Formats: sequence, structure tokens, C-alpha cells
Amino acid sequence: MAVLRRIANLFRRSRIDSEIAAEIEAHIEMRVEANMAAGMSAGEARRAATLRFGNPTAMRERTAGADAALGLEGLLRDLRYAARQVRRAPGFALTASVILALGIGASTAIFSAVNPILFEPLPYPNASRIVTIWDSFRGQRVEATFGTFRELAARSHSIEQLTTFEPWQPVLTGQQTPERLDGQSVSAEYFHVLGIAPALGREFNAEDNTPHGPNVVMLSDRFWRSHYGAGATALGQTIRLNDDLYTVIGVMPRGFEDAFDPGAEVWTAMQYDPATLGDFSSSAWGHHFRLAGRLRSGATFDEARRELDGIARNPENDFPRPRWASLRDGLMVDGLQQDMVRAVRPALLAVMGAVALLLIIACVNVTNLLLARGVLRQSEFAMRAALGAAKSRLIRQSITESLLFALMGGALGLPIAAAGVRLLVALSPPGLPRVDAITLNGPEFLFALAISALVGAAAGLIPALETRGARLQTGLRQAARTASRAGRATRNFLVVAEVALALMLLVTAGLLLRSMERLLSVDPGFNAANLLTMQVQISGHKFDNQPLDPAAGDAARRRFFDQALDEVRKVPGVTAAGYSSLLPLSGDPYWIAVYGSQFEKDPPGSGHNVFRYAVSPGFCQAMQIPLLRGRFIDQQDTASSPFVALISASLAQREFGNGDPLGKRLHVGPTNYPWFTVVGVVGDVRQNSLALDDADAVYIPEAQSWFADDAVSFVSRTRGDAAPLAGTIRDAIWSVDKNQPVVRLATMHRLLDLSVAERRFVLILFEAFALVALVLAGTGIYGVLANSVAERAREMGVRAALGASRGDLVALVLRRGLALAAAGVAVGLGCAALASRAVAALLYGTSSLDPLTYGAVAALLLAIAIIACVVPARRAACADPIAALRSE
Amino acid sequence: MARTDFQGTLDLLVLKTLASTGALHGYGIVLHIQRVSDDLLRVEEGSLYPALHRMEQSGWIKSEWALTETNRKAKYYRLTDPGKRELAKAEHSFDELVKGVKAVLRFA
Repeated sequence: MAVLRRIANLFRRSRIDSEIAAEIEAHIEMRVEANMAAGMSAGEARRAATLRFGNPTAMRERTAGADAALGLEGLLRDLRYAARQVRRAPGFALTASVILALGIGASTAIFSAVNPILFEPLPYPNASRIVTIWDSFRGQRVEATFGTFRELAARSHSIEQLTTFEPWQPVLTGQQTPERLDGQSVSAEYFHVLGIAPALGREFNAEDNTPHGPNVVMLSDRFWRSHYGAGATALGQTIRLNDDLYTVIGVMPRGFEDAFDPGAEVWTAMQYDPATLGDFSSSAWGHHFRLAGRLRSGATFDEARRELDGIARNPENDFPRPRWASLRDGLMVDGLQQDMVRAVRPALLAVMGAVALLLIIACVNVTNLLLARGVLRQSEFAMRAALGAAKSRLIRQSITESLLFALMGGALGLPIAAAGVRLLVALSPPGLPRVDAITLNGPEFLFALAISALVGAAAGLIPALETRGARLQTGLRQAARTASRAGRATRNFLVVAEVALALMLLVTAGLLLRSMERLLSVDPGFNAANLLTMQVQISGHKFDNQPLDPAAGDAARRRFFDQALDEVRKVPGVTAAGYSSLLPLSGDPYWIAVYGSQFEKDPPGSGHNVFRYAVSPGFCQAMQIPLLRGRFIDQQDTASSPFVALISASLAQREFGNGDPLGKRLHVGPTNYPWFTVVGVVGDVRQNSLALDDADAVYIPEAQSWFADDAVSFVSRTRGDAAPLAGTIRDAIWSVDKNQPVVRLATMHRLLDLSVAERRFVLILFEAFALVALVLAGTGIYGVLANSVAERAREMGVRAALGASRGDLVALVLRRGLALAAAGVAVGLGCAALASRAVAALLYGTSSLDPLTYGAVAALLLAIAIIACVVPARRAACADPIAALRSE
Repeated sequence: MARTDFQGTLDLLVLKTLASTGALHGYGIVLHIQRVSDDLLRVEEGSLYPALHRMEQSGWIKSEWALTETNRKAKYYRLTDPGKRELAKAEHSFDELVKGVKAVLRFA
């Protein structure tokens, strides 16, 4: 192929040259021979032959040109010229490259982080056909029940594989310390729905899922490697979980991530008995089952949604439903990917918007720089055009230079992007899905690089394009530093745009910052200082209720907890301690703690959902939850004394208004359990997050609860810093029974921080971008002003000569600079008002039009503009009129 | 539409030469054209070699080094199949050119 051959010839240049020389030499020699044969002398013959041939050197070059004529040689020359330019003005090159590097690096890092979460398909075959199904209650998603699962599995045709699962956190014993594992209890179709088969062994089958079926467990690759050294003999071995022996039947492949519980390490077969569905009070009718399924091939998502809706609204006699699982509000169906990201989607999209803005600002800045520089080279281009350079050649060379800058920026941007990705992963909030899949994204890097290259090329193009024949004379004559009016207007416009964009970013960052401030200043309802928390999980059959002695298990649990609490209270440095089944703002899945409540005065069938706290005496005091009326729970409230409860102020307000709730009775949980009498009202506490106001809570003594919790959180208020006592307090608990795992050891402050981790993550990102944008906007203004002062040096000189004082000159420059900044601020405020609506979902307690934030940011930008004006203004003020008029 | 560039005419002469004679080196091509045209056409040797290399890059002719009768190493050129097709096209084009020019000249 002709083109390939020519490209190849580029590299074999010297060999081709010598071949051509030999060929031409042979030609001349042959003519010499002929001449000599015709009678000429040797010298004459050679002269005649050479004359006849022409200039061999020129011929050699032209022939070689025919061999490699692709213009690529020109490209190499352009590159060398561009490199020379860079070396001549290293400051400019460095500035342009750094700016581009920041833009490219930041956008690549962010996009790489966001890509696996929002855009990349999940790592399952045909992942788009996996759906999640939720029950609903007043528009909110709620977990479903086992009964609903059975009904849908039987009646739905559009879902071909339906699976149900719930979290399972077994305690692993038989090692040094007991360990609580993260896992799932699943039905047989689970891995079919995901579409991933185990790497070793087998998955669950219908037999495993029967009640009283075998205790079987599947392991994750990571667990298998860490606990079994990746040995194949792991299959068939037993492992002690929750004090029972489980047989390992399978290991999942490496890199497998369970979409429904990314940290899951073990899976077991769910063994609910369908026969118990007849009894509505069985746990199979509790709302703690998640559902997922795979669409039948050929069925569409909408079809499935409609079919499930139809099933929900048309109960059948074969599948009776209790009131709370009546599916009256319909079912909610979502694609798996949407389901996973629904919580973080708005935040991530906002962050991507910020990154796009940053990239634009960076490109605008570089464009400005290139345009300013282009002005300087106007005369150079004019000269070269006059000497015969083709316009296309000049344009090509301009583009090459700009591409070189873009490449340099890209080269710098790559390590920035890599570092950025690592930083993002390190800072990422715990709930961020698919964190393991975040790597540097090649396509996005190339995309950002391409954008910068395009922008750079366009900007570098303009001075070359302006070299037109008629303008040559003006180009050669004009002072090297003046620009055309159109060029100046463009650069002014660009600076105004830059300032406006920077303002948008700053305003958003400011709003987020205020939201965070507001959020952290919310009173959680208790005192979080010097408070250590840890969760203790019950493990072992001695805590189970045996058929022969139904209450023994419960009694054993409570005894253990009370003894452990006694030990904790003895630890020096602990001033108050208590335990509770639920810890506010701790990330506990709240749905396990929500129960129905019904006061005596309420009509049957009504009532509120409340958070149930089963507490020890002293818990509220340890937490410093204020007592508003009556008394706290104390030692006198045992299993055999009258059942008492504390209610939160919001619940009291809701039920009794300003009346006295003390002495009133209510049911919490099952209505066939004895009444609880209200003996006290306590302050409201934030339950799920600082931002949500869902405070209705009922506190009952653990001893009087209708079931004994298997996990409680111990809280200890310490004299001084809480963290150092963590080990001692845990050992105190273990001194009672060392086989009970203690998990989630953290000070309350740390838990509070974690509860806002996602917001903080977004805030940090925005702050970083806003800072960079501010710097870029400042340098943009500085650049334009410095240039204009340099351009108008002559004018300054004339003014000074005509009597303008230094102050006048400074005022001139300042006025210009502030005019630019003010224009940018005005435009930016308008755009920011619109843009901030996009992040309204992320704000708390702050309006998206908060005047304080807008005002502060505008003032900040104007201040930066003034600073940026200082140096050019000073330079203008020091303009020596004589020197200015003489120099050119 | 006839091609009216001289470069095309040189190409045509070279291709026809190689078609008639088989393999020739550059000097031989010049001699052949000179002889056959009765000294009417003298190929400018300066443009011959760039043309030969260009035609070789386009695939119309191929070259190889060989020894002449006087044991000198020279680069011999030979016509290829695509070259034969190009020759036919060029001949046709040239005929049209001549016809066109003659027609204009006759109209006086």
C-alpha cells in the first residue's frame, strides 16, 4: 500500500538517500561511457554528462521527496519549532500546561470515580434485566414479607427468577476472638438472579432451603483466602457460626461483589417454613425481606411493573394477606442499577457538574493565554507570510504548537488524575456503592485531553487566521503588542465568563458549607462529648430459648448484659454507663427498631410507628437525654414490677398536646402484651440522621420487653477523652463472657461524623474545585489586565506626559479591572441562582438563594480582582513617559 | 476529460517504453524515447527520476537492482499489472487531448 510504504520510507531515509545517489550516479556513468565511445575525452565526457543531467543534488532531493511525500516531514519540523517556542517562553508554557493539567486531571479523577457507580453496567450478565421489588407504605419503600415473596413467585409471569434475602450477621467462634461476619441469608435462586456461579463447589438448592434443612454456607473469595489459605479442601469443612456447625459448600469467584451487600462474606440458605404463613404473627410476616428478580426474556420492565401492580391490587384466596402486608399501596419496582445509586445520584451528578465547570474554566483561561500570546506573534506571522510561507503552513504550525501544550498538559494531568482517584477512594464515605471498581478511566482521560486540544487549537488558530494579505503591512508595521479591537473584546468576554463560572462554583461550595455548618450545629438530643459506644452481639446456644424452658434464653441474655454493665461501670474513668437496643445516629438499620404503638385512648387499628428503645437503667442519664416530666427508668423496674415506659416529647405532644401523659397506658409492639404505663417524658433525639426530624420514640426497660434483644449498644461517658478507654471497657465486657463479639467500637463523635460522611465528601470536593476556580479566575483577570497595560504602555506614557498623576493611571487600571470583575460577578450571580437549584437536594437549612453566601462570594471575587489589579496598576503608574513613547 | 499536465505525458512515455521493452533502467528509458521519437523528444533527466520513484510508490512500476551489459549495477524498472491499466488510461486520455487540440486548431 502506497501510504504505508511512504511512512516506512520516513524511517529508512538515509538508506533511500544512498540508493538514489547510486542510481543517479549509475545513470551519469552510463552517459559518460556513451560519450567516451563517441570520441570525447574522459573529462569532457563527464562534464557533458553532468550538464545534460542537471544538478544531481537537487535531483536527489526531489527524488527523495517523491518517496516520502506525505507532509509528515513538515509535521516533524513543526514540532521541533513548537518545542523551540516552548523553550523560549517557559513561563507561559508552564502556566498553560499546569492549568490544563488541573482541568484534565480533576475531571478525569472525578469521572473515573463516578463512572462505575452511575454509568458502567454492573458486573453481572444482562444486568439491566435484574430488578428489585419493594413493598410500599405511604409512598416510602419498605422491605417486603416472606408471604409476599411466595405469592409473587407463584403468580408473576414476567419475572422468571424471584429471590428473597435478608442480612445475616453470624458470629464466628473457634478462633482467637469472636468475629461478627457480614452476610446474607438467601433463597435458592439468589445467585441465578445475579447470574454468577460459584468458582468452587455449588450453590444452594431447594433442599437447602427447607426448614430444618442442612446448615450450609457459601464463602466469598476474600474470606476463603484469609481463613482457608485458598485451599481446595475448604469444601466440606465445617465452620462454627452462631454456635452451630455449618458446612462449606461453595466459594464465589474472585472479584465477585454482591450488589445487595457489598461487604458480604458468607451466604446461607434461608429456611423459613411456608407453613407458618398461616399464622400472621410469625416472623415470616415481618417486613424484613428484600426481593429481587430477573425479567423473563422478552418481558419488558414496564410489563413487569404493570403485572406486579395488578397482582398487588388483586389478592387471591390462595394467598391471604395480613393488614400490614396487604400491598394496598402497591409495589415499587426498580432496575438494580437505579436502585443502588438512588441515594447518591443527586450528589454525584452535582459533583460532575462542578467538574465540567472546572474544565470549562481551565479551557477559557488557556484560551485567553493563547490569544494574548497570539497578539504578540502577529508581527512574526506577518513576516513569515511576507517571506512566502503558505497560510496553511502557518495555521498548521499554530495548531501544532497548541497541540503540544495540550499534550504537555495531559502528561502533567495524568499523575494528577491518578493521585486524585486514589484520594477520592480514600476519602469516600462508607456507603458509596462499587468503590472497589473505581480505577483511572482511560476514555475519560482521552476525552478531557481531546477537549483541551481542541480548545487550544482553536485559540492558537486565531492569530494565524488573521494573517491576511492586505493586513501584512499593518502587521509588520504595528507595534508588536497591540491587538485588534475584536481580539481584545474576545479576551474581555472570556475573562467575564471565567469570573461568572468561578462565582457559580464558589456559591455552590458556600451553600454546601453553610448546610454542613447548620447540620453539625443541630442538637442531636443528647450529649455526644466523651461518649464511647460499642455494640455487643449475643452468640451461643445458651442464649436461645429452649422448648423445655422458654424463658431461659431471654433470662440468660439479660443476665449477661446486666453483668457486663456492672463491670463496665467499675472501669476507672467511666462516670456513667448504660445499654440500649438501639443507638441513635449510629447507622443501625432503623427498620428493625420501628414498631407500632397504640395508646389506650386511641381507637383500635390506629396508632403511630415509633422507635423502640429497650434500655437498661441509667441509659438516658448516660446519654444525657433530658428528662422533661416524671422520672427515668431505674432499678425498681424489673420483669416482675409493673411495666413502664418513657415517651419522647414529640410523641407526647402528638398524642396529648399540652396535657399530662404521665400515667397513661400504651401498647408497644404486639397488642396482646401487657400495657406499658408512661412514667416520664424525655427530650427528642435525632434517630436516623441529623437532617431528619423523626423523633417519636418509646423507651422500655429491657427486662420488660416482650423479647430479649440479641445485640445491644453499650454507652459509657468518660471523664476526659473517651477513645483511650475503649480497650479497657471492652475487656470489662469480655471478663463476663469472652465469646461474645464486640463490634462497632467508636466514640459518639465519630459516629456523628460518619452520619454526615456523604455530605462532607461532596463538600470537600466542591471546596477544592471552588478554590482552583478562584485561583484560575484571579490569574485570568491578572493576565488580561497585565496584557492591556503592556499594550497601552504608549497610551500611559502619553497620559503621563500630558499631566496625569500616578493616581490617575492607577485608577484607570483599577477601573478596568473592576469593571471586568463586576460584569463577571453580575452574570455569575444570575447563573448561580439558576445552578444552585440543581443542588437544592443536598442543602440543609439553607435556601439555594441564601443572601449571605451570595454576598460573601461576590465580595471575595471582587477582592481577588482588586489584588489581581495591583501589579498591573503599579506597572502603569510607574510608566516612564519618555521610555514609553520611545519604545515600541 | 483529458489530463493536460505535462507530468502525465512523461508518465505515459515511461509506461509505454517499459511496456514495449520489458525491463529498463532510467538511462535506457531516456535513450529509447529519444531514438523512437527520432530525437524529437528529449526527456529532461532532472524530472525523470522523481517521476520514476513517484510511479513506483503508486504501484505502476516495480524496480530491482541488476547488472548491465558492462557489469555496472543499475536499477531496472518493470511494468506492473496496475501499471498496464494506468497505461491504457493514459493513452486514451492523451488521444482525447490531441483530438481536442486539433479540433480547436482546425477551427480558424
